[in-house]
Amino acid sequence: MYDFSALYEATSVQNAVELMQAHPSAVLIAGGSDVLIKMREGKLAGAELISIYKLDELREVTMDPDGALRIGPMTSFSHATNSPMLQKYMPVLGESADTAGGPQLRSIGTLGGTICTGVTSADTASTQVAYDAVLEITSVSGIRKLSIHDFYKGPGKVDLQPGELLTAILIPKESYENCFGYYIKYAMRNAMDIATIGCSVNVVLSPDRKTIRRMRIAYGVAGPVPMRARTAEAALNGMPVGEAAIAAIGEEVLKDVNPRTSWRASAEFRKQIISETARRGLKAAIERAGGVF
Amino acid sequence: MEKKLVRCNINGKDVETYLDVRSSLTDMLRNDYRLTSVKKGCEVGECGACNVIIDGECYNSCIYLAVWAEGKHIRTLESLLGPNGELSDIQQAFVDEAAVQCGFCTPGFIMTAVKILESGKEYTREELRKQLSGHLCRCTGYENILNAVEKTMKKRLGKA
Amino acid sequence: MVVGKSVKRVDAFDKVTGRARYTDDLVDKSALIVKICHSTIAHGMVKSIDKSEAEKIAGVVKILTCFDVPDRPFPTAGHPWSTDPHHQDVADRLLLNRHVRYYGDDIAVVIAEDEVTAEQGVRALKVEYEEFSFVLDPQEAMKDGAPLLHEKFKNNILAHTGYEVGNYEEAILEPGLVKIEGWYDTPTVQHCHIENHICYAEEQSGKIVIVSSTQIPHIVRRICGQALGLPWGSVRLIKPYIGGGFGNKQDALYEPLCGYCCQQVGGRLVKLDVSREETFVSNRVRHAIRYHIITFARPDGRFVARRMEAFSNQGAYASHGHGIVAKGASAFKQIYVDDKATKVDAYTIFTNTPASGAMRAYGIPQVSFAIESNVEDAAEILGIDSLKLRQMNMMPVGYKDDFTKNINYFDSLNQCIAKGKAYIDYERKHAEYAKQTGPIRRGVGMAIFWYNTAVWPISLEASSCRMVMNQDGSVQFEIAETEIGQGADTAFAQMVADTVGVPFEKVHVMSTQDTDITPFGTGAYASRQTYVAGFAIHQIGTQLKNKVLNYASYLTGKPADVLDLVDGIVIDKSTKEPLMPIDELATTALYSLDQAEQFSAEGTTQIKSNAYSFGCGFVEVEVDIPMCKVTLLKMINVHDCGRLINPQLAEAQVHGGMSMAIGYGMGEQLLFDPKTGKPLNNNLLDYKLCTMMDHPDLKAEFVENFEPTSPFGTKALGEPPTCPGAPAIRNAIFNATGVSINQTPMTPHVLFARFKEDGLL
Repeated sequence: MYDFSALYEATSVQNAVELMQAHPSAVLIAGGSDVLIKMREGKLAGAELISIYKLDELREVTMDPDGALRIGPMTSFSHATNSPMLQKYMPVLGESADTAGGPQLRSIGTLGGTICTGVTSADTASTQVAYDAVLEITSVSGIRKLSIHDFYKGPGKVDLQPGELLTAILIPKESYENCFGYYIKYAMRNAMDIATIGCSVNVVLSPDRKTIRRMRIAYGVAGPVPMRARTAEAALNGMPVGEAAIAAIGEEVLKDVNPRTSWRASAEFRKQIISETARRGLKAAIERAGGVF
Repeated sequence: MEKKLVRCNINGKDVETYLDVRSSLTDMLRNDYRLTSVKKGCEVGECGACNVIIDGECYNSCIYLAVWAEGKHIRTLESLLGPNGELSDIQQAFVDEAAVQCGFCTPGFIMTAVKILESGKEYTREELRKQLSGHLCRCTGYENILNAVEKTMKKRLGKA
Repeated sequence: MVVGKSVKRVDAFDKVTGRARYTDDLVDKSALIVKICHSTIAHGMVKSIDKSEAEKIAGVVKILTCFDVPDRPFPTAGHPWSTDPHHQDVADRLLLNRHVRYYGDDIAVVIAEDEVTAEQGVRALKVEYEEFSFVLDPQEAMKDGAPLLHEKFKNNILAHTGYEVGNYEEAILEPGLVKIEGWYDTPTVQHCHIENHICYAEEQSGKIVIVSSTQIPHIVRRICGQALGLPWGSVRLIKPYIGGGFGNKQDALYEPLCGYCCQQVGGRLVKLDVSREETFVSNRVRHAIRYHIITFARPDGRFVARRMEAFSNQGAYASHGHGIVAKGASAFKQIYVDDKATKVDAYTIFTNTPASGAMRAYGIPQVSFAIESNVEDAAEILGIDSLKLRQMNMMPVGYKDDFTKNINYFDSLNQCIAKGKAYIDYERKHAEYAKQTGPIRRGVGMAIFWYNTAVWPISLEASSCRMVMNQDGSVQFEIAETEIGQGADTAFAQMVADTVGVPFEKVHVMSTQDTDITPFGTGAYASRQTYVAGFAIHQIGTQLKNKVLNYASYLTGKPADVLDLVDGIVIDKSTKEPLMPIDELATTALYSLDQAEQFSAEGTTQIKSNAYSFGCGFVEVEVDIPMCKVTLLKMINVHDCGRLINPQLAEAQVHGGMSMAIGYGMGEQLLFDPKTGKPLNNNLLDYKLCTMMDHPDLKAEFVENFEPTSPFGTKALGEPPTCPGAPAIRNAIFNATGVSINQTPMTPHVLFARFKEDGLL
């Protein structure tokens, strides 16, 4: 039995935003893996809940006329992994989703929920950041769009105003086209764990596959929120495919990151893993793109 | 506290009951339907003892609101016995492979195994490890559980 | 004969169908719910508890605090009681504590109509403390001026024992000796049975009836009697199926408190269901022990003298206390036998951390890590193959321990080593892997261990059982040694079947222990069950059989001594002629108008022996140096636990122990905030219990030397599988990288620091 004081079950997106407006202090619950666990810990005791679990309209992955991938934020991790659309255009998103927790968690955890909690360790978040996702946010007053980079405000804090609901995650066509990604989760266990470091790398190579035309790299747990390593990206763009690029990225990423020491891991240790996952991630992404070392 | 009518299909039977909306699915299955194979080991989705199948997918019922079960098809371990009390192949395999010790993680594991087997796919041992990795067991070292699932999978695929 | 055969578990059907009932499956929904308020400081005095807000919550039935409970200290350890006050466990517990000694200590309870209300009530309590300074490290706690946990124990030392074999100071003067010295640290870990501890209580027929997830029903009855000030017979303890125990439930956990709550609400049904987070902190943990070992060896490898100091972290309360480190001290002089001298000092020290209790293998995983690390380092320093070094110094055949009178009858260790090294291809790989360079390397490692069976002569060893024959010739079997998942009921059924002479299917083991019904016994611990129950089963089963044969003699007119009962049929021993099936005989006897008789036998067997149980573990690892990660590729344990009663279940038992050892070696550790003493990772996400993806295939093999002291030739297997894994992993990492890691678990954090230190990163 959970300790909450009321439950409002939304029947549509419109109904959801109306409920949110009517109950501004209520907590939104999507799959439950965040909210229900906090509730067990007594953290949200007595709260009112608005459930959007039944909004199946938010569970689809489709393509917009402009070629952008439109991912319903209620898409579960396991559905992301099994989505033919994502497998075809952006397999790394489903692959990163497939590293979260264990199989049962992947049935409830959602791509939207995992970014709305503002958690730096979320496995799919770094990939969404690495692909310049654009978020579509709905409220009673309409729809606004913003870049995922502007969405994160701080640990556990995102740019969602009262009454606002994330209704789509958009991956622009130029972001995934000819682009090959790779995600490395580094954790203490091989399952049922949160990332000590999550590293998502993607590359677009030149047509002859000898030059890195565009490289993007994003991390979870390398800073307070999922983050891009822009200095490293700038340094790598245009570099020839080869060991020199791999060596370079391991150094360059350290200029961008800001991991902290906690009981979970020291900053020094995280930096070691940040460098090493950058090297291995970039190499794997290049190989996926057909680059040869 | 507010009560709500929840109608669903549990183990092949259409059922309905008025529930305290604060109930977890574990609460509903154990308390309202006496399906006590659904075990409580952590109640925060970390151990897998309460795993059940909902519309073909595995869920830890401890972090699933019972009201979400409305209209769903739910299966628990109790559904697996044949009409004359015969064990299903996967249950028999757990017996034969000595995959059971204290038995507390067993129901959850078997339900994940059911989902794996019903996919009709063949998995490598490593893939099976991943699919079964949402369950913690402290007694068996997982070895015989993995063996039971692998052997049953091969049998069903005619490869054993 | 069914002993020695891999028959299926007697409880398997119920467990794969969900019909096996555990405590929470049995309790009525009407039960009141008890929730505990735990201290949020590591050390101090509760000044006041304001209940006013909590009392206002609808559905709160009663609030009991540390100011209400009787001042009647009781012990909790699941040891057999001793009628000698000097050998009794330390009685340092109250039901609720004003003097709180760790973060998570029990200070109050809220009893409410439902769980949510009880939790709300706990959150609404306002506790005022007087805070004391606290200490988490045992060696710090021993220092003068350290915060004192228990007035009676100066410098927080619960106990200090030691021994000296030979003269150590003299022995080390021998010229030419090589000194190998190290400090070895083992962690605080938790049992993590998947069913948390749970109990419920109700007054019935003037007694407190407590149903509990425990390993030791009769012991818990005694402790509840002591804690509640009741005659022991006024407590009835019932143990249904339990979801694992591993020693945590070899303690009175919350049964006394639950019984007290029941008394305080007029005997109504109350349930105390412990959360996972509470289980980690407010139950028991494994003793974290720090060792200092100095070995003096001759250049040829022979150990001349060794010294060990051990500092065992008891946590806040005595529980099982000094027994754990003492068992390791005993192992130290036996697993390797020094040429001249062995000297040990062992301390058990209170700190402001959760109470340490029994956990699978009772101090031997700890000491095995220290000893086997030291031996591996010795081999490196001496330039001798580490396997040969072990073989040169380990307990020889014929060794007899003065205290236990145990005799090493067989060359078990060498036989086990031979099997283990063949499986791993140890010698070839060990040499080959030592030469590697590069970021990813492989290594092999091994460790041996010593164990003994049951607790004689430290404590009582006795087992009682009852056998009653039914009309159909089947046998009801009752014993207080408990099924906790390990397969005890199945092994008992096998031994009963063979002793009485009935088919396995005709033995009905009563799995539930009920202290009002089940014969007295002390329960599951010390890897004793099959060993001690074997004596009782042999004695009582023989009595039952003799009664049957006497009746058969009456029916057939043949003398009883020419008759035998084999597989459910009375036969003439000389002709092998079948005379009568047991069902016919039993029915005849029960319904005879001439001479009616129920065949039953019951009694106690005292066991005044103990038995060595040896083995080894081998592993192969891959070490990814830049990622600071170890992957286990292969792992084997080889045990000599005597004759196997049920080979398949024995193998399964070994797998489980190996898994626990992997966790002990690579990931598990309960952490505390040094600033507050607060536990940091008391949940199954942050505490890294192995998943299926963290394991290689596990291999279990056996050497079966028939144990001469046991009627069935058996000895300890329950706990030993946990012993060799962690040091074997450590030694494999050493083989792969040349880096010696003297602390466990060997997590990536530890590897990172050590690889840095040794220049690998």
